[in-house]
Amino acid sequence: MKPGTKLKSAVCDTEVMVIRSGTGGIECGGAAMGEAKPDAIGTPDTAFAAGTLMGKRYIDAAGTFELLCVKPGKGSLSVDGVALSIKDAKPLPASD
Amino acid sequence: MNIALFLEMAADTAPDRIGLVCDGQRWSYADLLAGARGAAALIRDSGCAHVALLDESSEAAAMALFGAALAGVPYVPLNYRLADADLGALLERITPALIVGDVDRVRRLCPADSNIVLTRAAFVEAAQARAVDAPSEGEDGEGVAIQLFTSGTTAAPKAAILRHANLVSYILGTVEFAAAPEEDAALVSVPPYHIAGIAALLSSIYAMRRILMLPAFSPEAWLDLAAGEGASNAFVVPTMLARIIETMAKGHNPDLPALRAIAYGGGKMPIELIHQALDLFPATGFTNAYGLTETSSTIALLGPDEHRAAHGSDDPIVRARLGSVGRPLPTVEIEIRDEDGAVLPPGEPGEIYVRGEQVSGEYRERSALDADGWFPTRDAGYIDADGYLFLSGRADDVIVRGGENISPGEIEDVVMTHPAVAEAAAVAIPSHEWGEAVGLIVVPRAGHDAPGEDELKQMVRARLRSSRVPERVLFADALPYNEMGKLLRREIKKLFAA
Repeated sequence: MKPGTKLKSAVCDTEVMVIRSGTGGIECGGAAMGEAKPDAIGTPDTAFAAGTLMGKRYIDAAGTFELLCVKPGKGSLSVDGVALSIKDAKPLPASD
Repeated sequence: MNIALFLEMAADTAPDRIGLVCDGQRWSYADLLAGARGAAALIRDSGCAHVALLDESSEAAAMALFGAALAGVPYVPLNYRLADADLGALLERITPALIVGDVDRVRRLCPADSNIVLTRAAFVEAAQARAVDAPSEGEDGEGVAIQLFTSGTTAAPKAAILRHANLVSYILGTVEFAAAPEEDAALVSVPPYHIAGIAALLSSIYAMRRILMLPAFSPEAWLDLAAGEGASNAFVVPTMLARIIETMAKGHNPDLPALRAIAYGGGKMPIELIHQALDLFPATGFTNAYGLTETSSTIALLGPDEHRAAHGSDDPIVRARLGSVGRPLPTVEIEIRDEDGAVLPPGEPGEIYVRGEQVSGEYRERSALDADGWFPTRDAGYIDADGYLFLSGRADDVIVRGGENISPGEIEDVVMTHPAVAEAAAVAIPSHEWGEAVGLIVVPRAGHDAPGEDELKQMVRARLRSSRVPERVLFADALPYNEMGKLLRREIKKLFAA
């Protein structure tokens, strides 16, 4: 997946921008995300329904995948069924 | 990736929140995004290759920046302080362009009718008018977001380019989205053609920190705007800070209870000035930011706690850190290398190299990155044992005396400890015997007699090696600086040649 690609959830309002990615299927609410929104919106899998937060970055354990949430929704993000977690950002003082 | 994403996210999250204040006018994030989308429609229709700004800061700068990004056309803010001949040459290089700002000057210097030239008011009005039917989707942002001409002190100005990917990486790596409390406001007084001015727009919009634009800096206007709008943050260059402090001392001294953070950069901060500022603003956190145009702004910073620790410390090593630019950002790598490219250990001075996704190191004509992605900054410096980066000037300013490299900074630091010296600069002067020798120029402190030439030479000889002793010493009333507070060493060299 090319950096900068925007992916939409098939089960909620979530949209992400790909910052980096490897091989694997990016999912939201347990369903594959795509560049287009499907006509019929499903419901999130209860195992992936913790929700996404605007402006947070989500990563996998290996740091291969990094997604920026640009629209929040009810589903939560995973790659091939493994949940992603929020990237801890050490706050920096404003420098410009 | 496209930098316009930042404005879209802010407008999505809080469309009605005020994002920018300029000349008393208030613009919400939704207003700014609508203006940017309308501007993008204008830009697409024009078929131009560049979008240029020849104007002071205003809402038009934000609309042109994000509008150009949405349209996939490079944004080129121009330095309106350039002389006609120099500016004319740059205008030729960006034609055909859509140019916002000083219509008369553009028409006079570059009569090409392939340019579309609009005043600030006409551009903003046209962008707002087109906003209604402008598409909301922008370009992918694969290409160049910003092109900035370097100051070109030795040759024709180079066109440094920053790609969307560089700037997006910089912002995501340094700013947390919507992290600013709603009452926060950042006072932006650097001109729009400076990388710090652009970075301020991007950072503040992504943090959702209201931007207070000061189109033309004066210390009185800065203090009044900071007080009147309750600025919480500000970025200044050292000369601005010096003038602000001077003005406060003269009694123009409004209360600034909201001012929590002042960041500075863009030139060397005199040690005495930063100590003075820390005393004068005891509740304010100071951050020193070091970066270059080619690195999308900041690559190293000295934070508020480190400032206070150094200011209050008796340990000479900790205290000296106030003269450093802090430590590299977690997202970049910095190395010091010698002339052969070998990496130097802590404490050894050499040229500063930097690598990271925010580092473009690219010019229109060529990339300056090496095969492994490292950018040679042409800045000289060293990293101490604790990882603090100290700058000693431009690599090109190094004085080569009989094969020995001498950094002007080491001589200046010694001479500046003399109580009667307000400012000092060392430059290379031609020498029959050595190739180059040290020329020293000194500005005596007001109310003091000028120190003796021999006394200064003796000071340098006592503290440094004899090769550092100035061959010639000049005295002056002031040193030449550009409007951003950068010392113009080439002008000083001319004084020695005269």
